[in-house]
Amino acid sequence: MTTTATAVLPIQAMPYRRIMRDGLWDNNGVFSMLLGMCPTMAMTTSATNGFGMGVATAVVMAASNLLVALFRGYITQEVRIPVYILVVASMVTLVDLSMNAWMHELYKVLGLFIPLIVSNCLPLARLEAFAAKERVLPSLVDGLFMGIGFTLALTGIGAVREVFGSGTLFADASLLLGPSFQFMEMRILPADMGVLMMVLPPGGFLVTGLLVVVKRMFDLRAGKAIQMGGAHSV
Amino acid sequence: MNKENAMTHGLILGAFCLGFGLLLAITDQLTVEDIGARALEDRQNSLSQVIPSEIHDNNPVKDMITLKDESGKEIPVYLASKNKEITGVAYEIVGSGYAGAIKLMLGVDRAGNVLGVRVLSHHETPGLGDRIEEKKSPWILKFTGLSLGNPPVEKWKVQKDGGAFDQFSGATITPRGVVGTIRTGLEFFAKHKPELLGEK
Repeated sequence: MTTTATAVLPIQAMPYRRIMRDGLWDNNGVFSMLLGMCPTMAMTTSATNGFGMGVATAVVMAASNLLVALFRGYITQEVRIPVYILVVASMVTLVDLSMNAWMHELYKVLGLFIPLIVSNCLPLARLEAFAAKERVLPSLVDGLFMGIGFTLALTGIGAVREVFGSGTLFADASLLLGPSFQFMEMRILPADMGVLMMVLPPGGFLVTGLLVVVKRMFDLRAGKAIQMGGAHSV
Repeated sequence: MNKENAMTHGLILGAFCLGFGLLLAITDQLTVEDIGARALEDRQNSLSQVIPSEIHDNNPVKDMITLKDESGKEIPVYLASKNKEITGVAYEIVGSGYAGAIKLMLGVDRAGNVLGVRVLSHHETPGLGDRIEEKKSPWILKFTGLSLGNPPVEKWKVQKDGGAFDQFSGATITPRGVVGTIRTGLEFFAKHKPELLGEK
């Protein structure tokens, strides 16, 4: 009896620490899986923009992972893709409507990003690779931490592009987070030293590519096998 | 896949669509009033920036008329009045910049002088063209007090085109679009002055 129980355990229960690490670093949506490139390129012209997009995505990912895990017994193989799209699109609309009504100041800044989440394949990938087979709570944690990992990646790319492109860091952060966050708004380089290209699309590709390399160098140094391209974490 | 199977899948998908449709309908019902109220506040905010509060004692958002422009498009015009006399009007004008439409709100007094202009929305390059926004640069404030005769109509251009308004270094198309749009907006006022001021 006991032997079967211990043999079954590691497959059924993926440790939460592992799920969190996967989302934040090991299997990071942007730097390891190279997913969600459309919002990554478009919304990382500044650290604040990247952060805003990331937070909105994390909320949608946690909610849709939760829902799909909850209904995973009823979603058949044949209709799963339309159902996933339905779930993500509904969550996006839900967040969009309720933020517009009840968090209007935040919506004025973030509102621009929310509809773009539908064009992000990272939520879909996590529904397919994780939430469709796992229990509710691990799925929620996976969605949340994949979202936080996405936020960190976007904020990082945005910070590099902003510093070299406009010379500032976290400009307009107080518009997004409230006046008490004004201390975050910094000027790193003089205004006329910015390289405009970094804020334009080519800068997005350059910085993302360079940061992917940096991440892999860290992994190599730590002796980790490099994960590439796969949406599957196990 | 046999027929029965296809039926089951269809029903499952249908059930999900129905469920989420319902969820969205409920959310829409719950939020529609608040969203409407927020949109009204936003409009009031942008109006209060182009119409100084000293010149009116009414609520311009409520005193709205619609006029047709040359192309037959209906333009909502917000009227500011004091002691029942119209002291100024404000309306949206749309021009094109470097990357699509630039929406502006223009306020004009009885004599045709600009009370204020603000950018409502645009898609210009961050760090270059977005200096037409008031929070990024004071450039847009220079228009306050000007009219079609001051500077003369033919000078309503950017300096690069021989006009009176400075462009930004590295961005000419955006300011050119904005200057041209404000001129068109003032011409709209001149053409429709009697209707706008209620003298018809």
